[in-house]
This record gives sequence, C-alpha cells and structure tokens, in this order.
Amino acid sequence: MGEKFLMKGNEALGEAAILAGCRNFFGYPITPQTELAAYMAKKLPKAGGTFLQAESEIAAINMVYGAASAGQRVMTSSSSPGVSLKSEGMSYLAGSDLPALIVNVQRGGPGLGGIQPAQSDYFQATHGPGHGDFRLLVFAPSTVQEVVDTVFLAFEKADEYRMPAMILADGILGQMMEPVEFPEHAQVKQFDKPWATTGTQGKRKKNIINSLFLQPDELEIINLKRFERYQKIVENEQRWEEFMVDDAEVVVVAYGASARIAKNAIRSAREKGIKAGLIRPISLWPFPEKVLREKAKTAKAFVSVELSMGQMINDVRLAIECSRPVYLCNRVGGMVMTPDEVEAVIVKAQGGAK
Amino acid sequence: MAKHITIFAGHYGSGKTNLAVNYALALRRQGKEVIICDVDIVNPYFRTKDSEEVLNRHGVRLIASPFANSNLDIPSVPPETSMAFDREDIYSVFDVGGDDSGAVALGQFADRMKAGEHEMVLVINRHRLLTSHPEDVLGFVRDMEAASHMRFTGIANNSNLGHETTCESFLQSIPYAQRVSELTGLPVLMHCLREDLAAQLVEPVPGLFPVRIYGKSEWKIY
Repeated sequence: MGEKFLMKGNEALGEAAILAGCRNFFGYPITPQTELAAYMAKKLPKAGGTFLQAESEIAAINMVYGAASAGQRVMTSSSSPGVSLKSEGMSYLAGSDLPALIVNVQRGGPGLGGIQPAQSDYFQATHGPGHGDFRLLVFAPSTVQEVVDTVFLAFEKADEYRMPAMILADGILGQMMEPVEFPEHAQVKQFDKPWATTGTQGKRKKNIINSLFLQPDELEIINLKRFERYQKIVENEQRWEEFMVDDAEVVVVAYGASARIAKNAIRSAREKGIKAGLIRPISLWPFPEKVLREKAKTAKAFVSVELSMGQMINDVRLAIECSRPVYLCNRVGGMVMTPDEVEAVIVKAQGGAK
Repeated sequence: MAKHITIFAGHYGSGKTNLAVNYALALRRQGKEVIICDVDIVNPYFRTKDSEEVLNRHGVRLIASPFANSNLDIPSVPPETSMAFDREDIYSVFDVGGDDSGAVALGQFADRMKAGEHEMVLVINRHRLLTSHPEDVLGFVRDMEAASHMRFTGIANNSNLGHETTCESFLQSIPYAQRVSELTGLPVLMHCLREDLAAQLVEPVPGLFPVRIYGKSEWKIY
C-alpha cells in the first residue's frame, strides 16, 4: 500500500477501475455521478485507454457491449434515471454472457426525482435490471476505501462468471471525501476469454456474440445452464460484514451509506444496554441469506435500514423465512435518516419482540 | 491587509468552501462588514449554504442561489452578487466551484474586478490525487485562468487528509506549497490547518491560518 489521498467516492471508483486494468469507459454525465466520468476523461487517456462521452446512456451501454464482446475490461456509470435507460443494454449483456461493470450512484426517484442521495434502485439492481430471466452481480461498498476493493472484486467476478456486475452506490458515497489508499499492484485476476471476437487471423473458428436464439428449445437450455451458474454464485459469493452481532437480539441489516448511520445507532443503543448488531451486505446479489438465516436462530427481531420505501426488507424476510418480525427504518426522496431515528426503531424492535 | 474582494478557486475537493467560510468569519472578527458569495455552479451537495447558520450568527451575509442544496440542478448565480462591486465599503469573499468548469462562473465578473483591489487565491491540497505533485497544479491553473478570464494572485495551502490530518502531514505540505509557488510565481498567502492541530504546533509557521471545519455535520457518519 502506498500514500493516502483524500478522495470522493466517485473519483475512487474511477481510479480503482484504472488500477484494475479497465481501459474503456463509455458514459453520459448525470448528478451525483458526474465526477466519475470527469475523472476518467482526465485520467484514462493518460493510461492509454479510451474515454468516450456518448450521445446518450443507451449509446454508452451498447458501446460497453461492443468492447466487452472484444474481450476488453470495460465500464459505464450513471445515476438512477440513467441506469433505467441502460436496462435494455444490461439485459443484452447478460443474454450474451458478457462481463462488464455498471456503476449506479443512486439518487432520489422515481422519474427524474432529485439529485440528493437514495437507495431506491435496490429492486431494479437485484431483482429486475432488465427484461428476461437474468441476474447482475451487485456489490455495495460502504466507505471510499471499500469502493476500491469492490471495484476490483466486481471486475474479477464479472470475468470469472461471464456476466455483468454492478456497483450499487449512493449519492452520499459518491460525493463524500475520505482518505483512501491504493495498492501499488491491484490483485485482480485475469481470465482467458477464448470466446471474444478478437479476429480469427484465419486460425480458428469464428466467435459469435449474440443474444438472439431462433429455436425456443435451444434458448431454454441456455437459460437453464445460465441459472446453474447463478446457483453456484449464490452458494459461493455471498459477502457481508458483521458488526457487534455475536450476541445481538436486534439484528440491523443495512448497506452502503445507511450502514454507516446504523453503526452509530448501534453503538448508542449498546451504551443503553440494548444488544443490537449489524449485518452489512457487501454483495446484494447474491444476498447474504446464509448469515441472516443463522442469526434468526438467536435474534429476537430484525431491522432493515434503507433509503427507500422498503425494498431490501423483502429479502430479509425471505432469508429468515419470516421467522422473526422485521421492522423498517427509512427516509426517501433524497432525505437521509439520523442515527437517532435508527435507534428509535431498534428500541421499538427490541420491545416488540418481548 | 485584506483586499476588498477575495476569491477562492482551485481543483474541486481542495477545500475552497470551508476556507471561504473561515476567511469570511475571520474578516468579520476584525469588525468588517462581510458578504460571502456562493458562485459554485458545479457542486450538488456541499455548499456555502451548509454553513448558513454560523454565518448568520456572526453577521456575515450569505449571497447564494435559492436553489442551492435543492433538487434543481441548474447552474445559476444570484444577481445580488454584484453588490460586491457596487459597494466599496464591504468586504466580499467568493466561493468558486471546482476546476475550470466551476471557474467559468467568474468570467462574467472579470471586467468588474479592479486591479489591486482583489485577491484571487489558488487553493491547493497535496493529498488530492490529481494535484499531488506540484507540477500537476500547473494544468489546473492554466485551465481555470482561461475559463475565468482572470489571473491568480496568491496561494492558500489547504493540504489536508480530512479527519486523518496530522501536524506531521501539515508540515510535510509546506515544501509542496513552496514548490507550487516557485512554479507559478505566486506567493503563498496562507497555510491552513485545523485549529486544534494548529494549537499543537511546536514551531511557529509564518502565514498559519487556523480553520474550523464547518458544513454538513449530519453527514459525519463513520
């Protein structure tokens, strides 16, 4: 590890991608994500890469499709409304088994919504990022330092499983500044891509990247095989952080910026003798259901803390098979909850479980 | 001797807003009538407006877009900003948005700035990745001067690592600031350091400007 720098989350996303070997960025500006594209515009050409501001989000995601087809490490980024525009392209990437990184620095919605932070694209990222049966690998960093780790991880896992990955961040994480340290050499595994359309030089059979299948039975088999791969991911790639959770009676579940607020609330609740703890999902898909199922054996109640009307709470209920009450603590529209507001719900959850 | 108009510009994230608020409050403590003009047209979240309460309390008038910190993503500068040029009895502090895209907002005022009556301060931070080498700063200076139609007149060394700033990291930034000074030909006007750390310095530092951290306290989430 080298020197420390003071960086915005958006800049760290860009720098980490360059360190991970990404040399292709296609995007379109939107608040609160624009610094990422601006950083890539300044830095990527100097690293021998290509930065291109496309005419639209739709054009950008299709440029990602092209670069990914050629076996290149490639990314795009946007914020909520822009990610909706990319959803068709994300489905095509998944349907063609192409690795790529899509970053969503979420803002308030629906519609044009607002520019202040939110986490209301959880359903979209983890359950319906586009048409058809498919999944994205979804990672949710909680600090600017962790942004670096999750960018490395997302590129690596996308290549390993041949599928698109998403970093689901929020406006707070994108805009806030924290000290961050970059490794001198990024440990990001490279994978052979014999399927890539790199030119045959007349020496091999041509590769075809495509998501159109003329025969339904053929398409069914491809879907079934893809889901066998997804099953492996569910088994092997669940990631989470545990915070004061060993003896917790109230288990808070929160990701990204909300998890930071939840930690403050948990510390404060602990001072008052309430046994609260946190499970912070780092992978949102696959959702860390194993650990939640385990904690449901000893916990009295769960609290889902999220900047949305209650989306992740459904996955918490499913993971614990509704065996314990699950409370919601939320703010929306660009408003952010305070630690006191989270603590009040923790207190309620503890009382409600008696 | 403070100038009639003091402008803080620089690479985004170098700490211009917090420094501008501190500088305005320092002028106010000297008994001057002070206004602070938010001409930042690029930053969506962290604005002078976040410090409205402390500015009001000390009698510094904030001239900011009514849309600052709202959902309206429109780059606008309030018309009251021209007060800085119309009234020679007041001291004005300008908080400019980052990089050349932020410095553009200054261009409209370039004709009204009188030589010798304003200071345009280049805010630098050694711990920002894109300005970590003194040479890196030169490109930003060129771009911001071209965009604003104005020239910098001095440097504020605002090198910090957020809550991980130490006296040691501060002292290490002084040669960096001096090198930027040599390269640009601009004098270092101030070395900024959080006031609790400034109180711990063993040797006196010429040009030391102790600062407090203002802004969005509710987002101090660890």
